[in-house]
Amino acid sequence: MMGKEKKTHDFIIQIDGKDVKATEGMTVLEAARSADIFIPTICYHEKLKPYGLCRICTVEAEFRGWTKLVAACLYPVEKDLIVRTRSEKVDKIRKLILEFLLAHAPNSPQLLDLAEEYGAGKDRFEKESSFCILCGLCVRYCAEIKQKNAVGFVDCGARREIRFIPEIAATECINCKECFELCPTSYLQAAFVLTEAFSHPQDSSPTESMK
Amino acid sequence: MSNKKILPKINSASELDQLRKRILSKKDPDKPSIAICAGMGCLSHDSDRIIKAFEEEIGKKKLKGKVDLRATGCHGFCEKGPLVVIHPEEICYVEVMPEDVPEIVSQTVLKNNVIDRLVYADPDTGEQAVHQSEIPFYKDQMRHLMGSITKIDPRSIEDYLAAGGYSALSKSLSEMCPEEVLEEIKKATLRGRGGGGFPAGRKWETARIAPGKDKYVIVNAHEGELGAFMDRALFTGNPHSVLEGLIIGGYAVGSKQGFIYTRHDAPRLKKNIDTAIAQAEEFGFLGKDILGSGFSFHVEVHLDIGIFVSGESSALMRAIEGNPPEPRPKYIRTSVKGIWDSPSVLNNVETWANVPLIIDKGSEWYTQVGTENSKGTKLVSLSGNIVNTGVAEVPFGTKVKEIIYSIGGGIPKGKKLKAVHFGGPMGGSIPAGLIDTPLDFDELAKLGAPIGAGSILVLDEDASMVDVTRYFLDFLSNESCGKCVPCREGIRQMLKILNNMIDGKGREGDIALLEEIAEVTGAASLCALGKTAADPLKSTLHYFRDEYEAKIAEGKSPVAKRER
Repeated sequence: MMGKEKKTHDFIIQIDGKDVKATEGMTVLEAARSADIFIPTICYHEKLKPYGLCRICTVEAEFRGWTKLVAACLYPVEKDLIVRTRSEKVDKIRKLILEFLLAHAPNSPQLLDLAEEYGAGKDRFEKESSFCILCGLCVRYCAEIKQKNAVGFVDCGARREIRFIPEIAATECINCKECFELCPTSYLQAAFVLTEAFSHPQDSSPTESMK
Repeated sequence: MSNKKILPKINSASELDQLRKRILSKKDPDKPSIAICAGMGCLSHDSDRIIKAFEEEIGKKKLKGKVDLRATGCHGFCEKGPLVVIHPEEICYVEVMPEDVPEIVSQTVLKNNVIDRLVYADPDTGEQAVHQSEIPFYKDQMRHLMGSITKIDPRSIEDYLAAGGYSALSKSLSEMCPEEVLEEIKKATLRGRGGGGFPAGRKWETARIAPGKDKYVIVNAHEGELGAFMDRALFTGNPHSVLEGLIIGGYAVGSKQGFIYTRHDAPRLKKNIDTAIAQAEEFGFLGKDILGSGFSFHVEVHLDIGIFVSGESSALMRAIEGNPPEPRPKYIRTSVKGIWDSPSVLNNVETWANVPLIIDKGSEWYTQVGTENSKGTKLVSLSGNIVNTGVAEVPFGTKVKEIIYSIGGGIPKGKKLKAVHFGGPMGGSIPAGLIDTPLDFDELAKLGAPIGAGSILVLDEDASMVDVTRYFLDFLSNESCGKCVPCREGIRQMLKILNNMIDGKGREGDIALLEEIAEVTGAASLCALGKTAADPLKSTLHYFRDEYEAKIAEGKSPVAKRER
């Protein structure tokens, strides 16, 4: 994932008390993974550009005596950086983020696993089961890897949601569906089937579309 | 008003001096000139009709050429609009109606007689103030940026030149190297007026020394802060002053391309900016080889798509690139990697407008005004429960109390002041007991109510701080981009809790939950909007916690609710 390092730009950073070799240009997450140190992620995918949206990978980064909370998937490593992947603050953030997301996708296995780790309550907030947690994996996969932009974000703030663009979806998605397996909540299939149904009513026999 | 008689394209500093002399020699200082405010407030009171009425009356009385008529930018005293100022006496008329126009022309313009009924009278004492500078609203101001507004038709570069315009640019290009300009801005300790208060000179320097062939300077004229209307007033009323600042900034930073990012819903502002750019190009203040200095600089205008977050620096830069205005993390500063990953300096309208002033008069002059760490003047827009709504310019260090009571005229209907809210939806409130605090970046930030862009919302004893906070969160829930979870979901949940509280469905533990969400949203959000979205909540919980407790108690006890 992180190319063969040029010796001149290698340095040591510290993650959870462990010395980790890092290369300039790497992110904290990449450095941690190279040393088998776990940092949870939701919106991260190694094939995609980091987007820094879910903030579940928030860690403490200490540099020259200053400690900041940063998104590990985006924060570039620098020499003498000290990273703490767990702390009271970090855990508090992750717990609440999970509780926020579980209000929308209460049955997502990935979220439930993490919820257990961080003591997040499934029912802390009133359910608004949209099933989509707006991680953007499908949107970014379609844009960056497939370069089709068949699915995108629409609207902003609390009204933000994902939509398939029927005109593109009708021709591109039938034989692709590669984004389906990225979805952490299985919302995507439903959304897609729905759009397919709208744009091609005659073809939308459920069994066909689900496959 | 027309530029026809002047040969455009000025090729050197001395040609500019000659041109200025020619313009000034044509001006008769004793010639009556009428300035009608065409700022937002006055326009909403039909000042357009007053302008027309003056045009007709001047035509009828055959005064064309003998009287100057200007539709100017905002005079500031919006509460008493439409405003008309008649020079050279500087007689100020308030709440003028089109029907008053013939009398103003025949009495005041022609005979210098003051029309009593149009003169400002103090609502308490009845004392009249004939001249603008005698009106209490103006008396305690220091109008370095707004002072020439009544003498400038925003569409006339000649007016701007007559007021000394572009002399700072000429000085920069002919007498100073870019480093010297930068040094002067640093010595002036100019701090960004958009909200952060970051030293502009340091930002410029970072961009100047950052590697990269292309560098950009940008005016942030988005002004999305609720209750903020001073940047629009300044930029619409004196567009060349901002443009001049930007060009000087471009020179100091080593940039050839500037951008102005402004609102899609301010057509008059857009028009005035476009006109100013076209004139500056025509006169040779923009384009290739400006004033024969070898320095070339171009400016492009971009319009927003209408959400608050698009004024956030990284989102704004994304928008200029042609991408959706979503913030990105600034682990590497935009002054190093901004637009198209090139060094980009973003300052707001008011910051840029300060630049020509500093270059013209020197940092030593500039730093005489203000407090130790906040120099110069600050534009503020006053709204809410205040007698004098409007735009004022005061030296830093002015006590909040003076702004509210001397300039603002106090609280209407004899009500008591409860709180003063700074900085709109990302700001904070201070209680009435703290209004002896000086207007100062650091002093106010210490109280949890950073100055923001300068909107001052005054709240009287009847205001509910829970309602005010709910209002700001409701605004943000629509105006956040919705990209990152802590901001989008944090705002959603905080808003829900407050809505329930206000509906009498508050629960024990709500305050603790609000505090928990506020902490996480503040710590983990991606951009400044998210990080500060809970600031109004935090400050009101700090100073007005009892109001939240009362709302919860009301919900539990129907009796308490009824009694209220």
